[in-house]
Amino acid sequence: MNKYAQGLPGTLEALARRVRRSSIQMVYDAGLGHPGGDLSAADILVTLYFGVLNVDPGDAGAAGRDRFIMSKGHCSASLYSTLAFKGFFPEKDLAEFMAPLSRLNGHPNRTELPGVEANTGPLGHGLPIAVGAALAAKMDGAPWRTFVLTGDGELQEGSNWEAIMAAAHYHLDNLTVIVDRNGIQQGGPTEDILAVEPLAEKFRAFGWQVRETNGHDCAALLDVFRAVPFEAGSPSCILAKTTKGKGVSFMENRAEWHHGVPNEAQLAAALRELGPEYHG
Amino acid sequence: MVDRFDCRDAFAGALECLAEQDRRIVAVVNDSLGSTRLARFSKRFPARLVNAGIAEQNMVGIGAGLANGGKIPFVCAASCFLTARALEQIKVDVAYSRANVKLCGMSSGLAYGQLGPTHHSIEDLAWMRAIANLTVLVPADPLETEQAVQAIAATQGPVFLRVSRSPVPQVHPADYRFRIGTAAVLRPGRDVTLIANGTMVCRALEAAAMLEATGVSARVVNMSTVQPLDRDCILDAAESTGAIVTIEEHSIHGGLGGAVSEVTAGGRPVPVRILGIPARFAPTGTAEWLFEHFGLTPQGISAAALELLETRVRR
Repeated sequence: MNKYAQGLPGTLEALARRVRRSSIQMVYDAGLGHPGGDLSAADILVTLYFGVLNVDPGDAGAAGRDRFIMSKGHCSASLYSTLAFKGFFPEKDLAEFMAPLSRLNGHPNRTELPGVEANTGPLGHGLPIAVGAALAAKMDGAPWRTFVLTGDGELQEGSNWEAIMAAAHYHLDNLTVIVDRNGIQQGGPTEDILAVEPLAEKFRAFGWQVRETNGHDCAALLDVFRAVPFEAGSPSCILAKTTKGKGVSFMENRAEWHHGVPNEAQLAAALRELGPEYHG
Repeated sequence: MVDRFDCRDAFAGALECLAEQDRRIVAVVNDSLGSTRLARFSKRFPARLVNAGIAEQNMVGIGAGLANGGKIPFVCAASCFLTARALEQIKVDVAYSRANVKLCGMSSGLAYGQLGPTHHSIEDLAWMRAIANLTVLVPADPLETEQAVQAIAATQGPVFLRVSRSPVPQVHPADYRFRIGTAAVLRPGRDVTLIANGTMVCRALEAAAMLEATGVSARVVNMSTVQPLDRDCILDAAESTGAIVTIEEHSIHGGLGGAVSEVTAGGRPVPVRILGIPARFAPTGTAEWLFEHFGLTPQGISAAALELLETRVRR
């Protein structure tokens, strides 16, 4: 049996647990990765892919698909796990994460891996690309939508604010940004490194509609995703309150797990805490 | 007096023609409608022109997103700002992602003259040429500019197109057919080859005429594709003329001269003299004055060729 995950999707919560287990296992196997952010983003990713996005793994390049852009490309283990469970590529390929010649690079590469919409890794790139995609849909009068997930420390990159300005200027109500607001970046709390708050007020001042939600409550996430656009003519921002390292007690809210790698005992403890692959 | 043309007009005209025929053609600018000559495009196709404002990183990212959405975006801005400010977006969002984005670096080289080194774009070829997947083109006259625009629109993949604003004469015959990756031999010659592109091609041709008067037969090559390079043309020039002078409106480090030298060094080592802007920020002066200052004139090119030949004889 595949040690990452196997079988048909269950509830969103169960899927998120599988993404967490898979991500931790992948980081352990590769000896490299960003588990803190993987765990923080898992519920958002599975809710989008299994409850919101109009995407077809059998036709990954379909012209009318919804676009999801993973701006926080360093959290590739959770993205790859979600894409594999959705069926974009075989789950067994997750075992090749960061192995020589693997399609599963440390950061996503759309030219190699089906389901990846944009090559990301350097921060502050996803939102501008998402603005371009949303503009393309508007030009065609097409109904497909664009979603982009950013980190919170990532919002220190100025390019985001260029894009945030442009999205409002062009009335991109087909664009939704989700901020994975776990409060911690590589070097420590965002508010100590370089404060990003008040985020809601900033987005509003730039012409966006903003809602805040619990980024680990799949039902709440579903509700808020189904409510976009929050206002016709405006782009939508979801500030998803999350916990870095969510689900593994010794990783939660600790900056060292931004790119920490578990040892064997920590892996076992983490998997035990996350719970069995199938239930719920 | 030979007529001279601003290649931006040919560029904009060609883009409008393409846009008429293909709805996927769109333009992205950074409040640069005037300097990109796209004001008429924006009047004719207002819904297909995105003004990103003064925000080049976002402008290039938007280009990548438009390409993701099925468009063929021409992202047009002064080359100095496009390439320097958005270098990481060019590398990652466009080239690494193989996005079908056409980056158009306008008013390149020393064109902004007295506005100074902040506005000179004499590093862009070095930067662009170092990026994998990226086709790099430097057309020499309006005809070639027009054909380059058509060729890149018809070819899937990322491109950097360098479009000058310094007036140049037509250097190609009316029946010239530009092909990506193929250099054009504009004049045959036996003793030395002058390899130029962009605004320097017409000067190389004049230099070759001057050299002929002194009994030196100079071949002139328009190397309008800098990446992928026409290696065969370079190796043939090295083999059959034994000496090469490169001329470019760019730093002497990392541009056309560097590209040519990489080929000769590995394939057919011959003396190569690289003419361009030396590693220093230019003093104040018009573009034409700076060309004189740096020896980028027919006289300067011809003198460099003669000096190279003399050095070779002495050896």
